[in-house]
Amino acid sequence: MRKPLLSLLLPAAAGIAFLALWQAAHVALGEDLRFLLPAPGAVWQAALDHRATLLRAALNTAEGALLGFGLAVLVSVAVSVLLSLSPWVRRALYPYLMAVQMTPLPVLAPICVIWVGAGLKSVALLTFVIAFFPLVVNTTQGLISTDRHLVELFELCGARPWQKLLLLRGPAALPYFFTGLRIAATIAPIGAVVADMNAGTSAGDGGGLGFQAVIFASQAKYAALFATAAATCVLGFALNAVVLLVAWLSLHHWHDSYERTDR
Amino acid sequence: MSAPIPVEFRDVAKRFGDGPPVLQGINLAARAGDLIALIGPSGCGKSTLLRLVAGLSPVTEGQVTVDGRSPGEAAGELAFVFQEATLLPWLTVAGNVEVPLRLRGVPAAQRAEARRRVLELVRLGDRADAYPRQLSGGQKMRVSLARALVVSPRILLLDEPFGALDEMTREHLNEELLGIREATGWTAFFVTHSVAEAVFLANRVVVMAATPGRIHAEIAIPLPYPRTPDTRLSREYLELVAQVSRVLRSVEATAGTTPP
Ligand SMILES: Nc1ncnc2c1ncn2[C@@H]1O[C@H](COP(=O)(O)OP(=O)(O)O)[C@@H](O)[C@H]1O
Ligand SMILES: [Mg+2]
Repeated sequence: MRKPLLSLLLPAAAGIAFLALWQAAHVALGEDLRFLLPAPGAVWQAALDHRATLLRAALNTAEGALLGFGLAVLVSVAVSVLLSLSPWVRRALYPYLMAVQMTPLPVLAPICVIWVGAGLKSVALLTFVIAFFPLVVNTTQGLISTDRHLVELFELCGARPWQKLLLLRGPAALPYFFTGLRIAATIAPIGAVVADMNAGTSAGDGGGLGFQAVIFASQAKYAALFATAAATCVLGFALNAVVLLVAWLSLHHWHDSYERTDR
Repeated sequence: MSAPIPVEFRDVAKRFGDGPPVLQGINLAARAGDLIALIGPSGCGKSTLLRLVAGLSPVTEGQVTVDGRSPGEAAGELAFVFQEATLLPWLTVAGNVEVPLRLRGVPAAQRAEARRRVLELVRLGDRADAYPRQLSGGQKMRVSLARALVVSPRILLLDEPFGALDEMTREHLNEELLGIREATGWTAFFVTHSVAEAVFLANRVVVMAATPGRIHAEIAIPLPYPRTPDTRLSREYLELVAQVSRVLRSVEATAGTTPP
């Protein structure tokens, strides 16, 4: 039982050290410059003071992030299957997939607003755009990387294309899919916050963390701004934790990336 | 009506694209129950020959027939064992063995029964719930063999199946394979790099030459079945091993030179 304990103690110790450094830096800045780096305690206090606002904003952002992320998962799986059909399909479509990925969010945001209006729909759509690319690239790579002998085995057994996809290519692509999913889960909340800054709205309490950050900044509430940053981190961690759990459940009993427990 | 010839090559040639011939002038007929060992320098087309029988690759010239039909039509009679175990890592041993039956739409109860039968044959009845990564190399190969046998094939194609295993494991598996053959009865092509393995298993050893791949000689192995570990100590066995080795060495010495 020493290892699990250590794996809890280490990050905890690192966290305490980090907070201490932060506090020291805050003190070292001197009276005039302290506003640049609010003390950890002040940030905590700000989080408490604004907890209702932050919670509502976090839930709004989470909703947009999850909608976009979920949509990205569904669409990317479908598109990956399409792309895996032939190298010609890939050659024809990849440049356009990349073009979408390469257009910066702040440029896409006003277009989204024109299409679906500011607020949740725009945030979800922009998050979708951000999360889609790593998912589709990894999943497609997984679908076309199946062991050649296994494909031949299936062909010898008279497997139909859908059997090959469901029983062979799909499961074989799972580790790749989860690699894409972890990247997507990391950038989706960031995307949602940026999208919210550029295409969000506070109408009907619909503002998210991005919107809230803009407001706090304009009011010079720096401690609250740091608390907002922390809230976006929590959101990202939560989504990552869920993805890691699902990946573990799907892969741990067979995939080499997970330690064997039966040594 | 006489039974059709299980596998027959008639004047077969094979090229990939517009490359040089990989196989040329192949004439070979397997009789029912034959266990034919194919041996020859690496790159002489042994794997390609098996793939022609399996219908995984088309012949360029001539004809390959399986039970008098084209390989594609006879696919149901065939099973292939690759050099690597090529198991699906996300399925248990039981799941892996049942794959060929699942793909053919066999109902679950029948699948389970067939799976239990073949896992007994390869002495892995107690590992049905294990995942491939929990198995040794020899055990994985046994699962691969069980997966081939589960469809009760009439023709078995084995491409260096035990090539990656240590000598002891390989000898055990050779003996087991012959035991299984007594119980199930199929016609087999067995590619190997080991003269000892070829002589121990086969009733016919076909020695191939390279560039282009062709049949150099065929040596009959008249040792009676069942063959046991004692067979390996018999004088006839040792003489046959020496004979096949000599033929193989003469082929390897001329490897790379163009044939007359
Ligand atoms: N799919 C392929 N395309 C082109 N050349 C191939 C292909 N498969 C095999 N070859 C060539 O055919 C020759 C025989 O290969 P192979 O049958 O694998 O030999 P062996 O199994 O006897 O070592 C080799 O020269 C190899 O490079
Ligand atoms: Mg080979």
